[in-house]
Amino acid sequence: MPIDIDIAKVARLARLALSDEELDLYRAQCEVVLEHAALVQALPTEGVEPTSHPLRRTNAFREDVVTECLDTEEVLAQAPDRDGNYFLVPPILEEP
Amino acid sequence: MTDLADLTLSEATSGLQGGEMTAVELLEAVHRRATMTEAQLHAYLNIDRPGAARAAVAADSALGNGAAVSKLTGIPVALKDNLVTRGLETTCSSKILAGYLPPYDATVVGRLREAGSVIVGKTNLDEFAMGSSTENSAYGTSRNPWDPDRVPGGSSGGSAAAVAVGSALAALGSDTGGSIRQPASLCGIVGMKPTYGLVSRYGLIAFASSLDQIGPLTRTVPDSVTVLEAIGGYDPADSTSHPGKVPDFRAGLGRGVAGVRIGVVSELSGEGIDPQVQAAVARMVTSLEGEGARVTELSLPSFEYALSAYYLIAPAECSANLARFDGVRYGLRRHGDTVEEMMANTRAEGFGPEVTRRILLGTYALSAGYYDAFYGQAQRVRTLILNDFDSAYGQVDVLVSPTSPTTAFEVGARATDPLAMYMSDVCTIPSNLSGHPAISVPVGLDDAGLPIGFQVMAPALGEEVLFQVAAEVERIAGFSDRPALANSRADI
Repeated sequence: MPIDIDIAKVARLARLALSDEELDLYRAQCEVVLEHAALVQALPTEGVEPTSHPLRRTNAFREDVVTECLDTEEVLAQAPDRDGNYFLVPPILEEP
Repeated sequence: MTDLADLTLSEATSGLQGGEMTAVELLEAVHRRATMTEAQLHAYLNIDRPGAARAAVAADSALGNGAAVSKLTGIPVALKDNLVTRGLETTCSSKILAGYLPPYDATVVGRLREAGSVIVGKTNLDEFAMGSSTENSAYGTSRNPWDPDRVPGGSSGGSAAAVAVGSALAALGSDTGGSIRQPASLCGIVGMKPTYGLVSRYGLIAFASSLDQIGPLTRTVPDSVTVLEAIGGYDPADSTSHPGKVPDFRAGLGRGVAGVRIGVVSELSGEGIDPQVQAAVARMVTSLEGEGARVTELSLPSFEYALSAYYLIAPAECSANLARFDGVRYGLRRHGDTVEEMMANTRAEGFGPEVTRRILLGTYALSAGYYDAFYGQAQRVRTLILNDFDSAYGQVDVLVSPTSPTTAFEVGARATDPLAMYMSDVCTIPSNLSGHPAISVPVGLDDAGLPIGFQVMAPALGEEVLFQVAAEVERIAGFSDRPALANSRADI
């Protein structure tokens, strides 16, 4: 099956600001890998349930008890930018 | 006199507990070995001399005053740098995490510390554990101690090289598609991937969550058991952690293989396997049969599709897991006028080519219109692989194969061809898709003097029989060769 990737769209979805040359290179490489990966489509799988997880377990419960949490200062010390106890980022919404 | 850096873990435990050496002396020997070899090997990203010295002194104090000690008390251990260590830089070999000081220890790190082990430092890996050679590290390639022109394998290549050369007595790695077993094979040591869920992954920086597993790299099979005993067992902080009883890893050691049913996987022999690797594996199978094992050849037809399924599932999960690296809470940030631009600029600069490629692949495979044809189909194939394993384990106790289709390849040989690199994992990937335990044991050298690894696979929670067979493979092989670099001296 020939693979044709809209690589610019995929890069946008993945939040990767890539140059045109990089996009060309990655498209070619991804297409080669996907052509190989598409071999899975040759296997008949009608009626086969998908496996998302090898343990086939569902819920994992534990007691709801208060335990020590991470030190706020130690965590925020790793932030590229902060304002008090908040992570600071560029504008998400434009000013009204 | 034997250099202490050449001791196995169990020899060192006896020496420490018998008062023949101190943890400080052992650490000094390991540091000397690192000093002699690191310029060529680059196994470590970061050697934590002050932290290790403190731990060694504490271990000696515990050993000296009759306090409760474990087999790991005073043992120098290396950690793959995708395991978070509180206050000690953890980068995953990525620029996006340069300078990151985690605010907590991974559960396995905490368990090693509680057991009294001495953490030597953080080892090199392919960026975010994506690769089979360490060539994808943003901080330079590690080298193979048997031949520094060759790769140590990957992604846990730094951990494997350190243990092989003696700059650690044991190490932890992570295995998503073979990343413990393949480098262990290429470096002539023992590498083990436990059953999915047996070892907590809290604090392992996630790559592909339905496949990742932490495990030990050691020089011997009993040493692998010792490390697994320390790190295994339920952890409420990891919701995929196995809540039930942990197998008795040690029970099978020394029991031999008489009556054990061994299956040779047809799909993992012959075509695509280097003839010398194939011959070494076949010789070992014959020897096991000579020791009373009942050998049959089995076909697991879905294995032909394992690599294809893996290269849909792993990138899909990676694209989701690595969304957290967005320049907001930790690591690199690059300027952008909006938050979205900031994130896209940060990620484009912070991730290397292989990680970028896999994020793109995964994003595509999960995107609307392609999900069912790629990711959905790969998950159904995964079911077929599990069914094949289940049917095989109805007939045999363990399955065997080569660990890696070839011995160590030269640096650069596969760097520009992603698909050729991916083929390195063809024998190891099925056990990740199934979540089953598997181990690589060195069985000999090829004509170029490079180690060959033999893989044993067992059903879920089948560690007892896995270690039983692995120990017999180790005994039969009698592999005692040491890499050239382990014999280097400071004065040459």
